[in-house]
Amino acid sequence: MSAQELVNQLRSFLPPDAVLHETEDLKPYECDGLSAYRQLPMIVVLPQTEEQIVKVLQLCSATQTPVVARGAGTGLSGGALPHAQGVLLSLAKLKQIIAIDPLARTARVQPGVRNLAISEAAVPYGLYYAPDPSSQIACSIGGNVAENSGGVHCLKYGLTVHNILKLRVLTIDGECLEIGGDSLDSAGYDLLALMTGSEGMLGIVTEITVKLIPKPEKAQLVMAAFDDVQKAGSAVANVIGAGIIPAGMEMMDKITIHAVEEFLHAGYDLNAEAILLCESDGSTEEVADEIRRIHAIMQQSGATNISTSSNEAERLKFWAGRKAAFPAAGRVSPDYYCMDGTIPRKRLADVLRGIEELSQEYGLRCMNVFHAGDGNLHPLILYDANKPGELERTEEFGGKILEMCIHAGGTITGEHGVGMEKINQMCSQFGTGELAMFHAVKAAFDPAGLLNPGKAVPELHRCAEMGAMHVHRGEQKFAELPRF
Amino acid sequence: MQTTIDQYQAVIRAAAESKTPLRIRGGGTKDFYGNPAAEQNSTLLDMTGYNGIVDYEPTELVITARAGTRLADLEAELDRHGQMLAFEPPHFGAAATLGGCVAAGLSGPRRASAGSVRDFVLGVRLLDGKGEDLHFGGQVMKNVAGYDVSRLMAGSMGTLGVLLEVSLKVLPKPAIETTLCMAMDEAAAIEKMNQWAGKPLPISATCYTDGQLFVRLSGAEPAVRAAQVKLGGKTLADDKIFWRSVREHTHGFFQPDKPLWRLSIKSTTPPLSLTGKQLLEWNGGLRWLSTDGGEGAEAIRAAAKEAGGHATLFRHNKSGISVFHPLPSGMMKIHRALKEKFDPSGIFNPGRLYSEI
Repeated sequence: MSAQELVNQLRSFLPPDAVLHETEDLKPYECDGLSAYRQLPMIVVLPQTEEQIVKVLQLCSATQTPVVARGAGTGLSGGALPHAQGVLLSLAKLKQIIAIDPLARTARVQPGVRNLAISEAAVPYGLYYAPDPSSQIACSIGGNVAENSGGVHCLKYGLTVHNILKLRVLTIDGECLEIGGDSLDSAGYDLLALMTGSEGMLGIVTEITVKLIPKPEKAQLVMAAFDDVQKAGSAVANVIGAGIIPAGMEMMDKITIHAVEEFLHAGYDLNAEAILLCESDGSTEEVADEIRRIHAIMQQSGATNISTSSNEAERLKFWAGRKAAFPAAGRVSPDYYCMDGTIPRKRLADVLRGIEELSQEYGLRCMNVFHAGDGNLHPLILYDANKPGELERTEEFGGKILEMCIHAGGTITGEHGVGMEKINQMCSQFGTGELAMFHAVKAAFDPAGLLNPGKAVPELHRCAEMGAMHVHRGEQKFAELPRF
Repeated sequence: MQTTIDQYQAVIRAAAESKTPLRIRGGGTKDFYGNPAAEQNSTLLDMTGYNGIVDYEPTELVITARAGTRLADLEAELDRHGQMLAFEPPHFGAAATLGGCVAAGLSGPRRASAGSVRDFVLGVRLLDGKGEDLHFGGQVMKNVAGYDVSRLMAGSMGTLGVLLEVSLKVLPKPAIETTLCMAMDEAAAIEKMNQWAGKPLPISATCYTDGQLFVRLSGAEPAVRAAQVKLGGKTLADDKIFWRSVREHTHGFFQPDKPLWRLSIKSTTPPLSLTGKQLLEWNGGLRWLSTDGGEGAEAIRAAAKEAGGHATLFRHNKSGISVFHPLPSGMMKIHRALKEKFDPSGIFNPGRLYSEI
């Protein structure tokens, strides 16, 4: 079917302004948060109801037209990159908070609702939605489900998968499935887990029931500076070894500390090689006790400088630097490329050393921010897209960082998703058996492969052509990083 | 241990070839659970030989062990390092294994506050229906590479693959625990449990039975003491024994031979008027119903569905009906398709979860 015929059919049940196909109208949808990848879609649709989405899907299914779902477009892996011959299905207009049940501590929301808007709506009940990706002011809950988003508090409070109860999902044929329930578990296979983080490849989420949890009475932060990254890493292990699960545990390396301090004057120690931010939350009594213990552990772990927030303003000031790490990167460099590997925490010093060596090899600076509690590393490679070849070198550098994460026993993506960006590294992380099974799982939901084709799971021939080295788990788990 | 895997692979390939069902079994402590396994013309795949902890580093909060590892041994090792499986899995016998725990997908009293088995699964190694040795997930907390096949295994009753190894997130044990006990009627208890769950209180478990509400507090001493003052009630002596009896179904409520239903529903559901005795956990989200006769399965399932959940005939299925709550046709279609992909010859525990898979 031609694009024009499809537009006509879509306009038979959608208002004219909900079907876009002129180039200038399509332009805002050509990329998501990863702007290095751009592609104009054939058509953009902006339905307002589930019934309209059902019809869009039935039409696309009947005409074998690819469908790419998009929430707020803040994703960092190109998961919402349009398909040139496909329909981009924007869920941005479904932004209603349908109901909040304060006693049951749940909220029923549409996929286009912003993450932060849920917590804001729950304020009157002393509740909030825990996962807090740094884009929470803009990102949508539907996108969070697609990516299984985390945030700085997920060691203690979990990822999206731990904080949702129920999904309404449309299959590519427009059939509605209720996955999960108002209960804490449901009959049959755990399809809720399978859907979460599936990057729009299995179905279209039209409604989400999220869990709300009580807002802690108090939060307090310890900031500790270290003259050695290894010591900071040990301090993290010592806190956890003492039986403490901090609400947040973030690390910044020297180049990050300098970049943000120049920008924000958060009071960071410029002599430090690493700074740890360690937050405690809970009841007043609990926090007082935990902060005292964290302070003592930082001291024993060799911190050169320790400050404890004495009030809420100071706590937010300490956090401000960490939260501004990405904008600070944007200030010290024309462009930056954010990576998202996870490693066993004990390998941190090795991996940072490896990144430093790669940084010199490629002649590109790299800032490192780290969700230290759960091992999720975000190296920010600084580059200039206007210099010929620099983006390509950056991508190659980034790819090597991800392979290093795999070698360290970790993964190529902790919370940003594979999308388009890390599809090649999937060939390194998984063998052909696992990749074939991922394709099979997709086929169980979407046999014709129309939902977000070409993302998240590479075709087997792509891996073969790349000649990627398969990393054999176990054998190299304790080996020294072999190649970098 | 590779020899053991080679043997399992050979058994699977032979079974796939001849379409002979395999009964995958750990310690056999949950043989009672699920629809009866087809004993005739089936081969037993005993997993207890594949055991042992593969990797455990307490400060990483991750343990990896082979499926045949005894749950008791695993928990003892964690205990030596002041850690625990936070979902408090029921063992239902000394021989319970890690593989069986994950396949059954059952969690205990701490579930409502800490999360379920599937919440703590980080990675699995499994053999699929062609005998392929596959790894999903990993040993790190955050991992979104590929579909979450690891968590899909939790509660799949061995119908999708033979679990070889599982990596779990573990948590530190709380510094202290104490249990409060107060008399009230069921409706008041449901209201209280849900209200308290919405407050920043260190409640780690709740149970209502025989007109008494039991509330366990866990955490740092100052927090527990402060909550104790706020909530009131009497302190229960020997509370560890009480919670173990709830977790392991040795509490007097759980009577041998009487059909036992497990209703997992919205926690705020008012008292369910069903014939028989009930014991509540998870702030009212889990209701055990011990009943002989009464409304019958359809009415019980209708009540659970009405309350946003589902009902399982957990023990003593005398009527031969499906143990698990029937699925809508669209969901069953996906279940069948997944089963077909993981186990194309249909040899893994066929019928144990649903007759169609």
